[in-house]
Amino acid sequence: MELFANLAHGFAVAFSPINLLMCLIGALVGTLVGVLPGIGTIATVAMLLPITFGLPPVGALIMLAGIYYGAQYGGSTTSILVNIPGEATSVVTALDGHQMAKQGRAGPALAIAAIGSFFAGCVATVLIAVLGAPLTKLALAFGPAEYFSLMVLGLIFAVVLAKGSVLKAVAMIVFGLLLSMVGSDIETGASRMAFNIPELADGLGFATVAMGVFGFAEIIRNLDHGAEMDRNLVQQKITGLMPTRKDLVDSTPAILRGTVLGSILGILPGGGAVIASFAAYTLEKKLAKDPSRFGRGAIEGVASPESANNAAAQTSFIPLLTLGIPPNAVMALMVGAMTIHGIVPGPQVMQKQPDLVWGMIASMWIGNLMLIIINLPLVGIWVRLLRVPYRLMFPSIVVFCAIGIYSVNNAPVDVVLAGAFGLVGYWLIKHDFEPAPLLLGMVLGPLMEENLRRALLISRGDWSVFLSRPLSAVLLAIAAGLLVLAVLPALRAKRDEVFVESEG
Amino acid sequence: MMSIRSLAGACLSAFAALSAFAAPASAQNYPTRTITMIVPFAAGGPTDVISRIVTAHMAQTLGQSIVIENVVGAGGTTATTRAARAANDGYTLITGHMGTHAASVPLYPKLAYHPEKDFEPVALLAGTPILILARKDFPPKDLKEFVAYVKANAEKVNAAHAGIGSVSHASCELLNSILDVKPVGVPFNGTGPAMNALVAGQVDYMCDQIVNAVPQINAGTIKAYAVATPERNPSLPNVPTTTEAGLPAFQAQAWNAVFAPKGTSPAIIATLNAAAIKALDDENVRKRLLELGSVIPAPANRTPEALATLVKNEIAKWTPVLKPAS
Repeated sequence: MELFANLAHGFAVAFSPINLLMCLIGALVGTLVGVLPGIGTIATVAMLLPITFGLPPVGALIMLAGIYYGAQYGGSTTSILVNIPGEATSVVTALDGHQMAKQGRAGPALAIAAIGSFFAGCVATVLIAVLGAPLTKLALAFGPAEYFSLMVLGLIFAVVLAKGSVLKAVAMIVFGLLLSMVGSDIETGASRMAFNIPELADGLGFATVAMGVFGFAEIIRNLDHGAEMDRNLVQQKITGLMPTRKDLVDSTPAILRGTVLGSILGILPGGGAVIASFAAYTLEKKLAKDPSRFGRGAIEGVASPESANNAAAQTSFIPLLTLGIPPNAVMALMVGAMTIHGIVPGPQVMQKQPDLVWGMIASMWIGNLMLIIINLPLVGIWVRLLRVPYRLMFPSIVVFCAIGIYSVNNAPVDVVLAGAFGLVGYWLIKHDFEPAPLLLGMVLGPLMEENLRRALLISRGDWSVFLSRPLSAVLLAIAAGLLVLAVLPALRAKRDEVFVESEG
Repeated sequence: MMSIRSLAGACLSAFAALSAFAAPASAQNYPTRTITMIVPFAAGGPTDVISRIVTAHMAQTLGQSIVIENVVGAGGTTATTRAARAANDGYTLITGHMGTHAASVPLYPKLAYHPEKDFEPVALLAGTPILILARKDFPPKDLKEFVAYVKANAEKVNAAHAGIGSVSHASCELLNSILDVKPVGVPFNGTGPAMNALVAGQVDYMCDQIVNAVPQINAGTIKAYAVATPERNPSLPNVPTTTEAGLPAFQAQAWNAVFAPKGTSPAIIATLNAAAIKALDDENVRKRLLELGSVIPAPANRTPEALATLVKNEIAKWTPVLKPAS
């Protein structure tokens, strides 16, 4: 079997001492990046890229890959402990993860996130090795029309995952879409809602808004008098560190479903991994016997999106390895790393650089093993962090957030903007608006707009293109189905159960 | 025990450091400390790679390290604005390129700098040629057929580019203005997604830098009609030049060059220029640049004066082409 020969070769490459060390460094740095709020993978990989120029190419890429998927492990930590998602892909983890922490179940939440990630990582590694080449066709089959329809579906997910009023969720999505429109118009280059501030010319950063509405707003709320009890609750009532047998039984199907969804959606360039985590959460909520548990600390709501984002982070390497085309910003930096080392990424990279490709694939499995070994014992330490008095904790969170936001673009304006979004976020929390749909709207907005305009440019303004292309039509049909469920009065009772279980 | 000589040496260098601090513009013993080279694009892109290869050699010649600082945003103009406002002591330089120091003039009416008025040209480093590319099943077989086909089907064809102000956008606009066609331009967010669409056959043609396209052409996932330079490129020996293929008017390459802020002393410029030329003559540097498909400028084109002329000509070339677009 050629596959086994290739994998054996890959493991031989990955098990060399230098590559094992690189893999470990990557996994450690990735975990750290994921844990520190505001410090994102793109900024880290960009900063570390020049350091790798002195390293052998395979080791350099193994390390950079480790940072990328390692961050998906760490990203859940702050979501769960302090309700601040470190990455766009762990926004949904905060919904149930932080509720679990409030109930003293931070340990099981962190552990199940690590276990889910490990399982998904292993499956995705095998998937890359076995199905890498055929799956590439899926990435190519997705044209502008398909992307637009996928983004529509993504926004519908945002409505479904909202636990309060549907109207408020829709308002938040629209607000997120509006925020995403700040910056240069893609087609004409004209400046939109940038108010002549040069830093706004490239739009609002995800980290800026996320740290504001989640991070700073959460801190302001915690410093509120009314929140005193709530806070003490998080600090004092810690029961067991590891998941119980029941937790594992509940999580297993969720992890499996999350892994499948994540593996498929991760291949799509752009927002694949983000959509994957939202889709996984939505699916769990729809399949659950008692959807009202979601948003109140359901362990499936942590297990499924965390598996999905890790699977997606890994399968997003497929277009890079088989086509030589980077599907997202981190991958584009990896292409840069290859170019600097004299490796030209392209469709022949698998034949010409078997050491690199198979070594990287094998290192992913090793890296995942390292990550779970690093992360499971860390659960105890993270949970102990919750016992740190809040008067010491919140200044450190503010400092880390500020450093993180500044480091993305080296722009002081971003930190000021995050502060402003903190106030906005506080107002929203006080009025029972949820920030998660806002962030999804903001992440999906540009992809949706760009692909809508591209699709219409190519079809010369003919809207039927969204229905005449089969993939696009299927995606829209699913979206319409979900929407009908929400709107039709005949299904009101059903809808109440699905969407507004916790109103009031 | 520290020897007298090394002690004296330490005193001397401490003095040198002090005097450098006191009089940073002193040109005689330039450079006395680390030089910062601003690269207006992300690490790993063509401009970044070329800068790193050349500055690594320049640093050896100058006896001081050169630190690359990647400053991204607004098509490279954020970084260029910062460089224009930096101290003109020779310790902050920028690797500008076709976009930041020519195409930006018509594209950004409120540009905070002018490539000619706010910079001293130092040296041209290397250029990456532009190719005319198409999806693999696009009907025309060669450039002549391509020209005829695009003219006849101007209403139907789609041209992809990597966003307003990108090299692929500017060069495609130039091609379209020469052909006198206005196909629908489909913008993508960067070269990667645009190439993806071309490989997938969602768009018909585009113009792009050679670095990104060679592996796809060799794998047969897209096809190349011509390279827009006077000579064929060693990495694609079978692709004719635009002159050979019958469209001599279309000449374009994304050039990269070092600039210093206005008012930097001529002695410093001369020192830097000599170091850059020495790097371009180094066998190892040449080998690495050629591997990327880059074109290394001929000796006559490596002087600061030649770069000043290039900038002037490039602004004149891109302004009429890009003005209507913005």
